[in-house]
Amino acid sequence: MKGIITVLGKDKVGIIAKVCTYLAEHNLNILDISQTIVQDYFNMMMIVELTGATKSFEVIVEELQLIGTEIGVEIKLQHEDIFNIMHRI
Amino acid sequence: MISLVEVQETNKMIREMNLDVRTITMGISLMDCAHSDLKTFNQNVYDKITRSAEKLVKTGEDLEKQFGVPIVNKRISVTPIAIAAGSVHTDTYVPVAEALDRAAKEVGVNFIGGFSALVQKGCTKGDRILIDSIPEALAVTERVCSSVNVGSSRSGINMDAVKLMGDIILQTAERTKDRDSIGCAKLVVFCNAVEDNPFMAGAFHGVGERECVINVGVSGPGVIKRALEEVKGQDFETLCETIKRTAFKVTRVGQLVAQEASKRMGVPFGIIDLSLAPTPLIGDSIAEIFQVMGLEEAGAPGTTAALAILNDNVKKGGVMASSYVGGLSGAFIPVSEDHGMIQAVQRGALTLEKLEAMTCVCSVGLDMIAIPGSTSKETLSGIIADEAAIGMVNNKTTAVRVIPVIGKDVGEMVEFGGLLGYAPVMAVNSFNCAGFVNRGGRIPAPIHSFKN
Repeated sequence: MKGIITVLGKDKVGIIAKVCTYLAEHNLNILDISQTIVQDYFNMMMIVELTGATKSFEVIVEELQLIGTEIGVEIKLQHEDIFNIMHRI
Repeated sequence: MISLVEVQETNKMIREMNLDVRTITMGISLMDCAHSDLKTFNQNVYDKITRSAEKLVKTGEDLEKQFGVPIVNKRISVTPIAIAAGSVHTDTYVPVAEALDRAAKEVGVNFIGGFSALVQKGCTKGDRILIDSIPEALAVTERVCSSVNVGSSRSGINMDAVKLMGDIILQTAERTKDRDSIGCAKLVVFCNAVEDNPFMAGAFHGVGERECVINVGVSGPGVIKRALEEVKGQDFETLCETIKRTAFKVTRVGQLVAQEASKRMGVPFGIIDLSLAPTPLIGDSIAEIFQVMGLEEAGAPGTTAALAILNDNVKKGGVMASSYVGGLSGAFIPVSEDHGMIQAVQRGALTLEKLEAMTCVCSVGLDMIAIPGSTSKETLSGIIADEAAIGMVNNKTTAVRVIPVIGKDVGEMVEFGGLLGYAPVMAVNSFNCAGFVNRGGRIPAPIHSFKN
């Protein structure tokens, strides 16, 4: 199962590091990363593989959200299907 | 591979444009609950609902997390109680409504629909008991919704029932007058009611439906509005194409949620209802879409045409996005649930008559309209008859959900709270129609040829 992580917020040091550390700790493999920074605004997307993750999808959603609150950005994990179904026929 | 731009587009719809799945509604058949003893029947009903819908709310919440899209309501519709309770020896179905209310609270859904009767051609004993029970049932319960189908294109209009419903609506208003007559906000009078509608207050689980089914209602007026802002001033082809494309995307989300919910609960997927349902939030309004289309206010000349375009293109875009489409599918125009409509009424742009014209081209009908509490039962019946006639002749669903607010008059505000919103009391044409609605009997079914 693949998930999409999006990070949105004001750019600062260590955002990617923080997210990646969490992912490594819970055995989520990063398949792709892309990011843009527009006027100090940080916008990142990661595609991650959740098969083998040590926690359930719902828990990871909540914990990533907490990390986001901690560093002042919005972090969201969503199942890739919501994007596939909307943008691919 | 999904691109950053696509991910951003989807999440922008959710974050800034109020994209949501409006409701996951579980339809449950109560046919096997039949019993002659009222207590046993109620227990059967309670047990079946709480057993079938045990995982409904939890599944909805899990899906919300998994896809990151809000699923606003989880609801239940049941077999019309007039049918399910037909064999019960009793002269009131109020205790049944109370059992439904208890079951709804137990499983955590905010509304349960199906305190209903289908009387387009005539009333059975059960139908009559149900209709007579409506005022009290809606006063003593919180989450039960009621509907009565009084006409159809095949059967014509049961004018005895139309006459009766004028009176029932007034009684319901009277019984809940301490709460701005809110009982009437949970009561719909239909023509051509559909069996798989997931939206309240008119949802019920039709007799042609299977044991248990998942129906999903999508929404997203805000997403359509924002898309149309991008093509302001461009021609109708562009306008229609933009609505279609956007409706497609919105509906796909509903399809995904419906399929996944159905899989997780082991309950078959029924239909997606392609409706644009507004909420009182700013940016979640049908009237705002009219404004972006170029109308100063909802109700201005051109509004009916604008609504026809919107309704048709939402369907055209949505149909391809889903494997099964049903329910009411179209744009809703509830006044109290749409701040743009409320504003249009307050500015004098939108009248009851214009709303009636609009119901010819959209789903569903005169919806969530507060009218003076002094309105007579005959006038209410006249309004119902007009709306039912539009549905009967045009082969579409129409409905009346008006709230005669006891003690309030034109221009005063009424607060229903939550999704039901707030509304100014609208003027009603008060010329007498008693001689017409009191005739009794039925209006025969219309001819379906010679369409002119």
